[in-house]
Amino acid sequence: MTAAGESAQRTVAAQAPRSQRFDPVQARRDFPILQDRDLVFLDSAASAQKPQCVIDAIANCYSHEYANIHRGVYELSARATANFEATRKTAQRFIGAADDREIVFVRSTTEAINLVAATYGRQNVGSGDEVLITEMEHHSNIVPWQMLCEEKGAVLRVAPIDDRGALMLDEFERLLGPRTKIVAVTHISNALGTVNPVAEITQLAHAHGAAVVIDGAQAVPHHRVDVSELDCDFYAFSAHKVFGPTGVGVLYGKASLLESMPPYQGGGSMIETVSFEKSTYAQIPQRFEAGTPDIGGVAGFRAALDYLTDLGLDAIESYEQTLLDYATKSLAEIPGLRPIGTADKKAAVLSFTLEGVHPHDDGSILDHEGVAVRTGHHCAQPVMEHFGVPATVRASFALYNTTEDVDALVRALHVVRELFQ
Amino acid sequence: MSSDLRELYQSVILDHNRRPRNFCKPECANRSAKGINPLCGDQLTVYLAIEDGVVKDVGFDGTGCAISTASASLMTQSIKGKKVEEVEHLFAGFHNMVTSNPQSRIRDEGLGKLSVFSGVREFPMRVKCATLAWHAMNEALRDTGKAATTE
Repeated sequence: MTAAGESAQRTVAAQAPRSQRFDPVQARRDFPILQDRDLVFLDSAASAQKPQCVIDAIANCYSHEYANIHRGVYELSARATANFEATRKTAQRFIGAADDREIVFVRSTTEAINLVAATYGRQNVGSGDEVLITEMEHHSNIVPWQMLCEEKGAVLRVAPIDDRGALMLDEFERLLGPRTKIVAVTHISNALGTVNPVAEITQLAHAHGAAVVIDGAQAVPHHRVDVSELDCDFYAFSAHKVFGPTGVGVLYGKASLLESMPPYQGGGSMIETVSFEKSTYAQIPQRFEAGTPDIGGVAGFRAALDYLTDLGLDAIESYEQTLLDYATKSLAEIPGLRPIGTADKKAAVLSFTLEGVHPHDDGSILDHEGVAVRTGHHCAQPVMEHFGVPATVRASFALYNTTEDVDALVRALHVVRELFQ
Repeated sequence: MSSDLRELYQSVILDHNRRPRNFCKPECANRSAKGINPLCGDQLTVYLAIEDGVVKDVGFDGTGCAISTASASLMTQSIKGKKVEEVEHLFAGFHNMVTSNPQSRIRDEGLGKLSVFSGVREFPMRVKCATLAWHAMNEALRDTGKAATTE
């Protein structure tokens, strides 16, 4: 039986982890792109590679189970709809949501945040109100709020980070006030790897009556997330960063809030009735899902979530922490290397600069040595400004990376130093 | 270390990166334009002093990678004192060299020291770095008031 067939046969009940001890070498074999070339891939924070089961699930959907959803009375359409809705349940369980109606399928984390800004934001933020973000946000958790504030005459406040790249929680608390309507923070910083105390942030924000939006794009692949425990109001993440396909994202929203919100886009699927005089809108979550969604992508997304559940996120997280420790120590031995982002609580992301070398040159040389890293501002220009650098080199690790990958990075950085000496 | 990496980062390029020439705004400058690469954050400004159709003086400032910094530096040296038409001709020749097919013969006739950038064509991702200053200089030359951007 193919991997896709197996995945389709999985029951909706949560799978027991394959084993408590995580084996990265075995996991690496699940990723075809890592087999067919000598690739040291250290850019999973930008987008993760795909395991065979995800690729198979997408092919299986289009080969055997494809029709448009929520429409036809014929059997194939009903089956496609059931598969699509089963992914909603998988996503619900994966992040600990209370109700599958709280899972809205979107295109990406970016779209999820824009959706909240355009609906909840427009409805609840008025002139003189405030939206509070942090200095370490990705542009996608800055610009939508900036646009909202501009439109409404509201004020965007920014909680600062310290020189290790950690949020200054006391400053954050000081910036909360009666006018704060929305707090939007990242769970894990893409440029620095900093893990934010999002439960505490949520508590503080709620004490001031603000709704909390969490950008979880970097957290979900590395860390078990439970939105009910966090008590956040919205949580956004992308399939492509959790080893699923591009083009699919999730917005989690508390049912009571989603129910009170106006639609995001108008079109098919999101309506109850339409006439030229007046249309009425569907219940949640369909109210926010206008148009035909990425049906094949959602099938692949389910396989990705099943895959991670099977491996066990706690085991993955503890493995990645040992890898981070190893990488941090290895890089510290390279003369002239300045780590950017050294907070106590970090995910497996290492940003750095090499003295006398522009990150873009690092990137070309590392690539030439077979090591793929991201160089640039990582869509976090305010973070770059904070540290006084135009750009950094970022090595980000995922479950398929090993200490050999770290060693290859170190060797390649020595080539850079040799060249630029 | 492989030869094409050495070819890209020749000692002349590394030297101009470390000690960029004409890294200043000439007092008599009467035109300027910015060059921006939003993807990597490179930003530079090229200043020109044009008199009677001749580049009397030229300088630049800003931040960028070794390739874009060295390219700006060597560009300033090679266009200073040249007629505007000669500069345009040089830009076309330089552009052709760094964007040509790596399999074809290198055409660097008349480019002088600028031929150290011939290795760039092996690294298509770096063509924008090598040409950023030239595009900015071209905007300044035509006095468009616009910034040159790679995207």
